[in-house]
Amino acid sequence: MKEFADIIRNALPVFKSIPDALYYGIWMLLVAGALLGVVSVIAGITSWVERRVAGRMMSRFGPNRVGPQGSLQWIADGIKCLLKEDLIPALADKPLFRLAPYIVFAGMFATWVVFPFSKKIIVADLNIGILYVLAVSSLVVIGILMAGWASNNKWSLLGAMRAVAQIVSYEVPSVLAVLSVVLVSGTLSMQGIVEHQRGGSGVLRWNIFHDPFLFIAFFVFFIAQIAEGNRTPFDLPEAESELVAGYSTEYSGMRFVMFYFAEWANLFVIGAVSSTLFFGGWEGPFIAGIHWFILKSCFFVFLLMWIRWTLPRLRVDQLMTLSWKYLTPFAFVCLVGAAAWILFLPDRYFMGMLK
Amino acid sequence: MSLLKTETMVINMGPQHPSTHGVLRFILTTDGEVIHSAIPDIGYLHRGMEKIAEQITYHQFMPYTDRIDYLASMNCNWGYALTVERLMGIEVPRRAEFIRVLVGELNRIASHLIAVGAMGSDLGAFTPFLHAIREREWINDIMEMVCGVRLTFNYMRIGGVSYDLPEGFMQNLTEFLDYFEPKVKQFNDLLSYNKIFVERTSGVVPIPAEKAIGFSLAGPNLRASGVQWDLRRDDPYSVYRELEFEVPVGKGEYGETGDCLERYMIRINEMVESIGIIRQCIRMMPDGERIAKVPRVLKPPAGEIYARTEAPRGELGFYLISDGSQKPYRLKIRTGSFTAMSIIPDVAQGCLIADLVALIGSLDLIAPEIDR
Repeated sequence: MKEFADIIRNALPVFKSIPDALYYGIWMLLVAGALLGVVSVIAGITSWVERRVAGRMMSRFGPNRVGPQGSLQWIADGIKCLLKEDLIPALADKPLFRLAPYIVFAGMFATWVVFPFSKKIIVADLNIGILYVLAVSSLVVIGILMAGWASNNKWSLLGAMRAVAQIVSYEVPSVLAVLSVVLVSGTLSMQGIVEHQRGGSGVLRWNIFHDPFLFIAFFVFFIAQIAEGNRTPFDLPEAESELVAGYSTEYSGMRFVMFYFAEWANLFVIGAVSSTLFFGGWEGPFIAGIHWFILKSCFFVFLLMWIRWTLPRLRVDQLMTLSWKYLTPFAFVCLVGAAAWILFLPDRYFMGMLK
Repeated sequence: MSLLKTETMVINMGPQHPSTHGVLRFILTTDGEVIHSAIPDIGYLHRGMEKIAEQITYHQFMPYTDRIDYLASMNCNWGYALTVERLMGIEVPRRAEFIRVLVGELNRIASHLIAVGAMGSDLGAFTPFLHAIREREWINDIMEMVCGVRLTFNYMRIGGVSYDLPEGFMQNLTEFLDYFEPKVKQFNDLLSYNKIFVERTSGVVPIPAEKAIGFSLAGPNLRASGVQWDLRRDDPYSVYRELEFEVPVGKGEYGETGDCLERYMIRINEMVESIGIIRQCIRMMPDGERIAKVPRVLKPPAGEIYARTEAPRGELGFYLISDGSQKPYRLKIRTGSFTAMSIIPDVAQGCLIADLVALIGSLDLIAPEIDR
């Protein structure tokens, strides 16, 4: 986005007289606002898609009254939640209670800064790209723990503890799988990772086909990210049948919606990161561009919904066993294997068959 | 001596809870996730049914029996009708008996569909529950054909049934059975053999046979623990002597005998058996009266009787004491869910909260049966 800022500044001399800090500061706020709008719309539309997809899978309609095919349902729900009474439990820790949803949302929202929508459209191509994504998305843990504790409710606390254990444990295989990709690409920058996958008529150089270790790393990464996002089969923290709504039980109105906004937008985040790291980002056959990025991310969003409405839930000890005893060793093997691959077969891609 | 001082947490798994089947309440004492004690608190759905029975006549009590277990109304009606008929020595016409078996088994299928679906839903598999509800909708429509009601049927009367089978009923029923049989396999593919589901339920809280008998468990819960006991075969009533059917009993094929998965699979297999029984009834349906000649004003001889039937949730028994007047002196209802609820404090120690949810779902408790 900085190039656009510079282009506009050079084009209109009146902007040159404004000091640097002020100009770029205002530009940052504008872009952040625009991104917030985009994320909110994506989260809202994802909520509508989820309800329709869930409905069709369950042999029933989803929302189909408000707007054509129910497409305005999320706007109606948003307005309803804004108009609700702001209920804070009497014995709750009020400052923490108020702050928690926004921390969760911020932890998710901050990751959108480095998504390479296309060659030119990226808010900031940080040279620590994917590391920044992984680091910032861990902020949600603090928010969830705050929500569970400040609610003054044993069920919320139980849900929050489970969520913290789950998210922290699944960071490990997730990061190891990402490390394998970083090894192969040679850079942490998101645009750099996509650049490394360019060519090969748009498909053959994708990281998932690069070598068998990255192939496995994708599945490890994807499963770990489902757990990070608290989606079934890992949705124990918000297990409806056990804890009502887990850490967000005591929340109502817009605060409650904030948690779920963060969850739905996180679906797109998982899709975006998966498609950037393993599936070539905005690269694709014929014409490369933003449409491929959106298409791939939406496919993953659909896949996540499909998995959610099919599978039952893992118990908390089974969840931890899966992470530490199965995914982490696999991720280690992928890392070592990927390192060995680029040592002995540096120029090859597509499972070592092409140069 | 432990260096770390920990306290157990007392949590209330309250009457309003998405997982407990109706208004059940448990007071759990847990150490983190592990349960130390689970004390049930019942009575949130107590409606004084047994006391009401003492105030009204025998015929008038029939609609109340629907509400003992609204998911298996036909079987509850049947149990009560059977009790009064035995006390009075009324002989029910053969056609009425076959109709009773037919709708009773159909209701068993409907009840088990909800039971297995709700258990899946408690464990996070929301979709199979709605597929089960979709199949059950057709059963509701069939019941509506017969008695005009979709849930609390009030269909049986003392001496027979209230309406004969209408035109097109057999046709509709046969179509449903042909449609439903492959659906059970589809349901199994989606849920029963799913690895996550099996991990959640296999080996979870196995109830050994001696304990099951000791706590008076009945029905599928008892059979899952390996006990060969089905009232339809071992203490037959109505025309069950003439029908051929298998009784699924737990053998530990899916884990341990008497664990949650065993109880679940018994219900699936019972549904398949019920389809066979209904087909036999359709074939063997005789002509005749739908109800015996029963006086309007019913005055059974003074005496007492206990009669029991195999309801989907276990043994449904009615203990009736009559003093020769129009109204019962005392009617005690023995339900399968009540004893199933009473075993939970004993077996729930040491399991996780998530296992407790699986246990409640697999025992197929339902609050109105517990509280009456």
